[in-house]
Amino acid sequence: MTTTDSSTTAEVPKGRRRLGDIAFANTARGAGLLILAILAGVAIFLVVQSLSSLTANEANFFTSTEWSPESGPGDAVRFGVASLAFGTVLAAAIALVLATPVAIGIALFIVYYAPRRLAALLGYLVDLLAAIPSVVYGLWGLVYLVDQLQPIYRFLAAYLGWIPLFAGPVSTTGRTMLSAGIVLAVMILPIITAMSRDVFAQVPQAHREAALALGATRWEMIRTAVLPFGRPGVIGGAMLGMGRALGETMAVAMILSPSIAISFNLLQSGNQTIAAHIALQYPEATGTGVSALIAIGLVLFAITLVVNMAARFVVSRRKEFTE
Amino acid sequence: MAKRIDVSDLNVYYGDFKAVEDVTMTIEPRSVTAFIGSSGCGKSTFLRTLNRMHEVTPGARVQGKVMLDNLDVYDPSVDPVAVRREIGMVFQRANPFPTMSIYDNVIAGAKLNNQRMSKRRADEIVERSLRDANLWEEVKDRLHKPGAGLSGGQQQRLCIARATAVEPAVLLMDEPCSALDPISTLAIEDLIAKLKENYTIVIVTHNMQQAARVSDRTAFFNLAGTGQPGRLIEMGDTNKIFTKPDQKETENYITGRFG
Repeated sequence: MTTTDSSTTAEVPKGRRRLGDIAFANTARGAGLLILAILAGVAIFLVVQSLSSLTANEANFFTSTEWSPESGPGDAVRFGVASLAFGTVLAAAIALVLATPVAIGIALFIVYYAPRRLAALLGYLVDLLAAIPSVVYGLWGLVYLVDQLQPIYRFLAAYLGWIPLFAGPVSTTGRTMLSAGIVLAVMILPIITAMSRDVFAQVPQAHREAALALGATRWEMIRTAVLPFGRPGVIGGAMLGMGRALGETMAVAMILSPSIAISFNLLQSGNQTIAAHIALQYPEATGTGVSALIAIGLVLFAITLVVNMAARFVVSRRKEFTE
Repeated sequence: MAKRIDVSDLNVYYGDFKAVEDVTMTIEPRSVTAFIGSSGCGKSTFLRTLNRMHEVTPGARVQGKVMLDNLDVYDPSVDPVAVRREIGMVFQRANPFPTMSIYDNVIAGAKLNNQRMSKRRADEIVERSLRDANLWEEVKDRLHKPGAGLSGGQQQRLCIARATAVEPAVLLMDEPCSALDPISTLAIEDLIAKLKENYTIVIVTHNMQQAARVSDRTAFFNLAGTGQPGRLIEMGDTNKIFTKPDQKETENYITGRFG
């Protein structure tokens, strides 16, 4: 605007583009484009590298539960992602179901119930939980947690065994899907808690007072003013957590026993996740074996993408109501 | 339904700072009482102590007595939640719940008292409250659209409907028109005149014409000086306060010779 009107407003200096502006705009633009380039690069790499095994595969990649991706004497290349994808989603789902309510509870306690000092300490401790390396979680899960969970598993099998999820007999090693899910839940707890805490703390005073002035108790105030306002943030946090749970490798690889099957039974070993499977198989893989692992990596990439898009959809669905 | 409020020797503190000093007044039922005074003189603070909303502010506390008919508002056995159900409040900025529809906004408070309300009963309450708030005709075709989509004046009337849906005895209004245009302000003032048939209304306002137009009685608050607590200078019939007040301070403020 100002550059074209320069004839009428003579005293205003011409809109000369300054070097600093140009440099900054281009740096920012470059950073923005870089993310696209990286994403495209990863996707192309995965597709190209997985082609050799996918074309040699004699089983259906999406439905097969077999895993023998390397050809040998009298051995055809047969492998599929079905059981691994199932295990991945199941582990993440367990983690999400267990972690989200606890995270919301912690966040509400920190923001609305705890005395200020305790709240600060608790927030700090939760952040600390996020700083623990996943291999440590894996060790803790394998060496300590699985033993401690045995009585609970036996209880579940004895009293809730009629639900297929908890049917016995309980795995004696405890290296089961439920153990992995519980460890993952602890790992994603800090992310969901931190996101929820931030969004709960941002609820405008006006909304909280509106509820209180109607004679709401603290819990009713939270229900009518805080939770609806915080919902998109909580979902966002849960999806970030789910992203981490889907991709988590080390802890799961250490806890789950190395086998591949599709099983809804959470108390027996059998299931495996994509990320852990890649980590466990990669050292010994050659040729189409490596390519097959890259192919399932591509599937993991796709699952994560779908989860994120689903989360965005959920968050935006009631946009009309969020000003 | 409307109840009398008796305040005696009320002091309000924020931590160690005394914000309001030694207020004693009676607020008559079925009438409009206006609080006027310069900014920071404690009238809003005092208003919020009437339904214990000041307790939301950390460090705020009160000495003295507030009686709502026979209920001692500050008795240790009295739940502030119960007080606020009797004494509703409308704020300076309209604050409908942004995630709720118009319908849900109106019924939000009433639902708190009665979780298992029948659909028919809820419909009745919503219609009655919106009619009381002179808003029904404007929104009856879009009750399930978000409340945040209304104009500022409509939002404020929605908040009034939400407050009256709980059927309180008293309605406190903290500068309810300060963010509104003159037409919307007029709509709210008409509404106040109508609501005083059933409620005890207390309104804080910076607009002296408004106080003169809507109120039956007026209370003038002032500061003795910066850093000093706010005090009630004079309270009386609005006519008298605006024509021949007893105190020189009041007269100065009314006539604009202030500070």
